[in-house]
Amino acid sequence: MSKRTVLSADDLSRAITRISHEILEANHGAENLVLLGIPTRGVFLAERISSVIKKHSGHEVQVGSLDVTLYRDDLAKQPTRGPGVTSVPSTGITGSTVVLVDDVLYSGRTVRAALDALNDHGRPKAVLLAVLVDRGHRELPIRADFVGKNLPTSSVEHIAVKLTETDGVDEVVIES
Amino acid sequence: MRHLLSAADFSHDEAVAMLDLAEDMAEVNDREVKKLPTLRGKTVVNLFFEDSTRTRISFELAAKRLSADVINFAAKGSSVSKGESLKDTAQTLEAMGADAIVLRHSSSGSAFRLAHTDWVDSSIINAGDGSHEHPTQALLDAMTIRQSLNQDVRGKDLAGVRVLIVGDISHSRVARSNLLLLTTLGAEVHVCGPATLAPSSLVGKERVHYLLDEAIRQVQPDVVMMLRVQQERMTASFFPTEREYSRVWGLNKSRLSALDDKTIVLHPGPMNRGLEIDAASADSKNSKVLHQVRNGVSVRMAVLYSLLSGEKENA
Repeated sequence: MSKRTVLSADDLSRAITRISHEILEANHGAENLVLLGIPTRGVFLAERISSVIKKHSGHEVQVGSLDVTLYRDDLAKQPTRGPGVTSVPSTGITGSTVVLVDDVLYSGRTVRAALDALNDHGRPKAVLLAVLVDRGHRELPIRADFVGKNLPTSSVEHIAVKLTETDGVDEVVIES
Repeated sequence: MRHLLSAADFSHDEAVAMLDLAEDMAEVNDREVKKLPTLRGKTVVNLFFEDSTRTRISFELAAKRLSADVINFAAKGSSVSKGESLKDTAQTLEAMGADAIVLRHSSSGSAFRLAHTDWVDSSIINAGDGSHEHPTQALLDAMTIRQSLNQDVRGKDLAGVRVLIVGDISHSRVARSNLLLLTTLGAEVHVCGPATLAPSSLVGKERVHYLLDEAIRQVQPDVVMMLRVQQERMTASFFPTEREYSRVWGLNKSRLSALDDKTIVLHPGPMNRGLEIDAASADSKNSKVLHQVRNGVSVRMAVLYSLLSGEKENA
């Protein structure tokens, strides 16, 4: 198995900073914004984006997590798995601009499930999607609004996003 | 896991994981849209040969929250009263496309029978079989106990918790399932009841008590679980009179005050107020009866999810 590092810790931090600024730009500021990470790593990415936004705008952006396990379309094809944590800010998401945050965008099915899950929590004014890595191979008409890095890959390759919170190191590796 | 027949089916870690899953499901019951699409297209049959209110409604609600279709089958008013057997009834329901059968039956072992014969392929959930087992009740009791002891419940077991089960132990499926599950989770379970109804074979001599006052003093329980006096299973005279039962083994104001302030009182319901529990105890702040009912839905959602999602095992 060969491994290739495609994003170092510095690249990763720059990508997050850039995404944060793009979010601020698209939203015309940090007002009315909710960041919802998709567990596990999406939540940590959302927290990092929130702290960058706070540094630059002084605004505390609400962060939550949105588990999509129970909304997946492949539940019958995989071994049973336990759901992760869902915590939506107590103020709710109705009327706010929600940015979904995930580590890798691949088939788009997770995002579809997330959109369904979101419906059950309220009706946001708009939903945007931020991902650290877009690796292509979409199976649904879904695209990201903010992308850390586009990585055209072959489907036999595996992309591993590692974050210090979960893996002790910040990097993105392609394994094949 | 394909069937849920006994509380003994769970290892320690599996039991903790199931309770954690139930906590995840409880979160759904708190939000605006109390529904998940998870089991869309699955059919759950509630096959109830015995009367039940909360178990049946709880299973029905749990299945509906997960978007499964639910068929309620009560033996009264069905072909069973014309003499149809359990096998034929179950096969008929499966032919209509049931993915899971929730079975309540007055014969001990009926759920096991249905699961371990080639009669049906559906997942079988034991919702009470005679005086044998009632595993989802044990799960919801464990969940209620765990919540009352901890702020943050995830991943925790019940190590060191002292539980006193009071009443008709021999005929109680609730007692049996709780004994198995709570012991698996590390709790110390004592039982108390009339000598005719509290067999020492279940827990060992030193954990059987025959007088409630003495039991409360000796055990200093964190949890007191009162059982219903089941008139329908009393085929012989096990205690002289109801008045005597309630005087010696009933939970009342004075016994409640002998308990620690933090001790919780559980009852699987339906309560015979004035017999095994008096109104003051049933409505006291120690009583977690309504928590049990609420947790029942979450636990059953967790069970249905574990059995019905995922690839079908060929077992």
